[in-house]
Amino acid sequence: MAAKRIAVAKTYKIYIGGKFPRTESGRYFPLEDKDGKVIANMCRGSRKDFRNAVVAARKAQSGWAKASAYLRGQILYRIAEMLEGRREQFIAELQQQGSSKRAAEKEVDTSIDRLIYFAGWADKFQQVFSSVNPVSSSHFNFSVFEPTGVVAMLAPDDSSLLGLVSNIAPAIVGGNSCVILGSERKPLCAVSFAEVLHASDVPGGVVNVLTGFRSELTEYFASHMDVNAIVYCDGGKAVARTVQELAADNIKRVIERTRVDWTGTEAENPYLIRDTQEVKTTWHPIGT
Amino acid sequence: MGLTAVNRKARLPDLSRVPAVDEVGVNERVARFQSRSIKKAAKVDALKLILSMIDLTTLEGQDTPGKVQQLCQKAIHLHDAMPGLPHVAAVCVYPTMVATAKEALSGHDINIASVATAFPSGMSTLSVKLDDTRMAVKAGATEIDMVISRGAFLSGDYRFVFDEIVAVKEACGDAHLKVILETGELGTLDRVRKASMLAMYAGADFIKTSTGKIQPAATMQVTLVMLQAIRDYYYETGRMVGMKPAGGISTSKLAIHYLVMLHETLGNAWMTPEWFRFGASSLANDVLMQLMKQSTGVYQSPDYFSKD
Repeated sequence: MAAKRIAVAKTYKIYIGGKFPRTESGRYFPLEDKDGKVIANMCRGSRKDFRNAVVAARKAQSGWAKASAYLRGQILYRIAEMLEGRREQFIAELQQQGSSKRAAEKEVDTSIDRLIYFAGWADKFQQVFSSVNPVSSSHFNFSVFEPTGVVAMLAPDDSSLLGLVSNIAPAIVGGNSCVILGSERKPLCAVSFAEVLHASDVPGGVVNVLTGFRSELTEYFASHMDVNAIVYCDGGKAVARTVQELAADNIKRVIERTRVDWTGTEAENPYLIRDTQEVKTTWHPIGT
Repeated sequence: MGLTAVNRKARLPDLSRVPAVDEVGVNERVARFQSRSIKKAAKVDALKLILSMIDLTTLEGQDTPGKVQQLCQKAIHLHDAMPGLPHVAAVCVYPTMVATAKEALSGHDINIASVATAFPSGMSTLSVKLDDTRMAVKAGATEIDMVISRGAFLSGDYRFVFDEIVAVKEACGDAHLKVILETGELGTLDRVRKASMLAMYAGADFIKTSTGKIQPAATMQVTLVMLQAIRDYYYETGRMVGMKPAGGISTSKLAIHYLVMLHETLGNAWMTPEWFRFGASSLANDVLMQLMKQSTGVYQSPDYFSKD
C-alpha cells in the first residue's frame, strides 16, 4: 500500500530588504480559521524587525526614487501580472480566513486591477499635479512633486489583500519605499503578497512586510525618527491620538484612512499618490 | 644613516617559532563573542566607551583644510544635544593636514594621529618614509600610523620590515607609533600573527589591522589573532601594546562585539582609549544614534546628527 502523502505546509515569514527572515524575536502567534482550527503560525513581528525594515527601506529608497517613472510603472504592472498568476492561491487564502468564494474572487480581481490602475499613473501624476505658479517678480516659478521618503503603514484589518495593495501601490509608484504591517486578523495574504513582490522586479527593501500585533507596534511606527510619513487605516480615536502625538517628534506626514470603501473610487484615485509626496517649488530668475 | 640610528636593543625574534593559528577555532571563538547580550546600562556604558576610543578619520585624496576643520569640530562637538558625552580619542589625518587639525583642536584634549610612511601602500624608500614621519611629528602629530612593507614581508624579508619599523619608531620621538599590518594583503591568519609579533618586537606602541583602503579591512577574526599576539607578547616581555582595528566597523552592535572580544582576551587593563582604538568615521554617528535611542526610547535618523 502506498503511503499517504503528507502535505507540505507553508511557513509564513516576514519580508525585509528583499529577504524572508523569521522575526528576530522568535515569537509566533497561531492563526485560526473560522472553525477554530490552526491554519498557520504567524511571525509576531517586534520593534527590532520594524527597525531593520526601516533601515532596509531607507537604503532602497533613493535608488527607487531615481528609477524612471516609466520603469516604476512597468514594475507595478509586473506585480499585477504575478498576482494574476497566483490568483487561485489568494482566493483560497481569503476563503480560509472567512471570505465567501465570490467575495474572495472579487477582492483578488480588484487588487490586480488596482495595481494596473496605479501603474498607469506612474508617469502621469507628476504632469497632473505639478504647476507653474503666477508670481509678481521676474521669476519663473514652478512646483513639482518628490517622494517623501520612507512610509510606515498600518494596513486595514478587514480588507486584507485589497486594502494592503491599495496602500502600497500609491506610495511606491511615487518613489517612496514602505514598511507595512499586514492585517492582524487576516495576515496570510500580506505574506503571500510579499512573495509576489519578490518575484516582480521590485528592488529589495522598497516594500517591507511585517505581521504581528498592531497594539504593540503602532508606537514604533509612529515614533521612528527615520520614517517620513505614516499611513494608518482605521483603529479609532486612541490610535489616532497615539500616532499623531508621536509623529509630531520629527513632523511626519500623517495620513489617516478610516472606514474607506476599498472597492470604490475612494481607494482608486491619484490623490492617494499625492498623500505621500512633497511639493518642491523652484524660483528661477528670468530677464525682466 | 639608516641602521646606525636604529635602537640596538630591538631584536628580531625567530618568527618560525610563532605558533600556528587554528582558523576553525578562531571562527568559533568569534561566533561566541557575537552571541553575548549587552543591554540597558551596560550597553550605554559600552557605547560611551566606544565613543572615547574612536579615532575619527578622514583619509581621502580629496581632503581639504575645510573638511579637516569640520572633522575636528565634530570631534569636539559630537552631539551637543546630549550633555555628558566623552570626546573621541583622536582625529586621524594625512601629514599635510596635521597643522590644520592642530589649530582646530587647540585647547582640547584630543590627540592628533597622522598616517605616514607613504601611506597607504608604503611603496617608497626608507628616507622618504622617515621624512614623512618627522614632518608629521613636527607639525604636531602625537600619534603616527605607519604601514609595513607588505611586499617585503610576504617575500620573507622580515629583517627589512623589522628594521623599517625600528627606524620609524626612532623618528617618532615622543609620538606613539601604530603599526598597520594591512591584514587584507597578508592573506592568512598565520602571517597576521607573525607580522604582529614582528611589529611589537620592533617597538610598536599599537598594532593596527588596516589602512581602510583594502578589502577586507578589519574583521573580528584578524583582530582576535592580533589580540592573542598582544597577550603572548605581554607574557613574554611584560610590555603592554595597544590594538586598533580599522575599516569596516560602522555599527554600534559590531563595535560592542569587539569590546566583548577585547575584554575576554586581554581583560580590563586594555579597556581604555589608551590601549584600544577604533579607526572609523561613520561609527561615531551610529553610536550617537544608539545612545539617543537609549535615552529617548525612539529610533533615530541620521538626518538629525552632524555629518563628518
